[in-house]
Amino acid sequence: MLAFIGRRILIAIPTVILISIFVFTLQHLLPGDPILVMAGEERDPAVIEALREKYRMNDPIPVQYLAWAGAALQGDLGISLRTQQPVLELIGGKLPVTIQLAVMALIIAILIGIPAGVLSAYRKGTWIDWLANIVALSGLSVPNFWLGIMLILLVSVKLGWLPASGYMPLSEDPMQSIKVMLMPAFVLGTAIAATLMRHTRSAMLSVLKSDYVRTARAKGLRERVVLVKHALRNALVPVVTVITLLFGELLAGAVLTEQIFTIPGFGKLVVDAVFNRDYAVVQGIVLCTGIAFIAMNILADAAYRVLNPRMSDQ
Amino acid sequence: MTAVVDPQVLADPLPPRRRNRAWEKFRRNPYALLGGAVVSFFLIVALLAPILPVPGPAETDWSAVRKAPSAAHPFGTDEIGRDVLSRMIWGAQASLLAGVVSVAIAVLLGVPLGMLAGYLRGWTDAVISRFTEALLAAPFLILAIALAAFLGPSLQNAMIAIGLSAMPIFIRLARAQTLSVMTEDYVESARAVGIGHLGLIRRYILPNILPPIIVQSTLTIATAIIAEASLSFLGLGQQPPAPSWGAMLNIAKNFLEQAPWMALYPGIAIFLVVLGFNLLGDGLRDALDPRDT
Repeated sequence: MLAFIGRRILIAIPTVILISIFVFTLQHLLPGDPILVMAGEERDPAVIEALREKYRMNDPIPVQYLAWAGAALQGDLGISLRTQQPVLELIGGKLPVTIQLAVMALIIAILIGIPAGVLSAYRKGTWIDWLANIVALSGLSVPNFWLGIMLILLVSVKLGWLPASGYMPLSEDPMQSIKVMLMPAFVLGTAIAATLMRHTRSAMLSVLKSDYVRTARAKGLRERVVLVKHALRNALVPVVTVITLLFGELLAGAVLTEQIFTIPGFGKLVVDAVFNRDYAVVQGIVLCTGIAFIAMNILADAAYRVLNPRMSDQ
Repeated sequence: MTAVVDPQVLADPLPPRRRNRAWEKFRRNPYALLGGAVVSFFLIVALLAPILPVPGPAETDWSAVRKAPSAAHPFGTDEIGRDVLSRMIWGAQASLLAGVVSVAIAVLLGVPLGMLAGYLRGWTDAVISRFTEALLAAPFLILAIALAAFLGPSLQNAMIAIGLSAMPIFIRLARAQTLSVMTEDYVESARAVGIGHLGLIRRYILPNILPPIIVQSTLTIATAIIAEASLSFLGLGQQPPAPSWGAMLNIAKNFLEQAPWMALYPGIAIFLVVLGFNLLGDGLRDALDPRDT
């Protein structure tokens, strides 16, 4: 397994280099002189000169890239123009908030998506299957920021059940923290639940047709045992890898969800950075999410091999 | 999320008889027809916007600020007295245009690159594939936000950003389909009789990889419409006072208690049009799936 992971990491290196080139190129998309834009509205000559020196703007572009990538390799992704904090520190500080939101969203998605997928496959062609499919398709079609707005209107404004915004660290008051995060997590989890439902249904449909399920039934096992112990256990193998790959979707969804519920996480950092023209932060975020996504892909492949021993022979 | 067509599905070319069968199958699928009807409805509304009997989208009426739905304003008015229905009708143009143009960008750039990788293989394939993986590594919306941020906020730049972010899906799909078609006997025969590279691509490969590209395009339009609405919601898409569903929701969230209708209708419109494209895409996929004929 270690050799497999090592091989996958080696294969990923060119991709990471390409992502870094792409992220580096982003600053050259800025109209005009990127340094003037980076220097902010004041355009202090000292700042401009310091930035020119720092980014080696007078050097050829490949040299500039190597200098930037060398610093990035040592964890130096630059300084936020807005907060004057190192970019990596800024991203690291916001991550726990988004991770809590993402984990809660994923739990909600699993609790809804997997049972709905199993039931839909088991009752294929009935009204339950039809309803589950319609709900899943609706979940994929509804813009989550609108769902968030509607839930705030109904649950917070009209019913007053849950707070509409805010954040409480888990370490300070766990119950309040979960309560505050419940509605955003539900909003973020909706599309994920729909995706999980579709994958579970498709995997269950194929497993339910297999010989070992037929054998288990022929042996006279109870239907619930057949369904959970024999069918679901095998159907979950591809679903688990899908869950790992949903990481990107969770992060992207978090951008809008955190914006609506004013949660001070990674997603809000992206939007604030964009509007404050804090380009180093935007670059850092794209680079970090890219690398994290590749790491999740490797993890998904490894999980698939652990769960499906037949893959180990290949 | 962008729904992705299984590269193994639809690998076979479509002979005329199966094309008829696909159309028959599509015609018998009520969901696909419903999707087609919803999409057609929004298309017609968007095209007829200039001649529909509604006030102009920027026309303000200070005596009717944040008025609830009534006979004069069926969907109510917004914070400066503009008719919400009118802004939604004109907003349909921005949303549909963004969906179609960004997918056109993704297809026009992605399909030739994917075909090139699948046709030439070797180093070309390796370089294009690594490039695709790098683009796929950044989450779709984050990539689009970053591009829109650097290009500057406008509907045009949002479409470019969404198109470039959606491109890798088409590179992958076209590459997989080309690789599959290249192993077919008729391609071998065409090569044997001396048909050149361009002729082979134009007459044999392109027509046979089109069905999955069409299905993927339909599903990606749905994703692109949500992405445009998301970017406009964040202020990175259509700029005010031009109407857009996402930008309308951005303003509406500040008036939830006083004027909930401002948020309700644009959201329903996005939901319906995206659902329409998803139903249409699913229907096309089912109709064109060779494994199920």
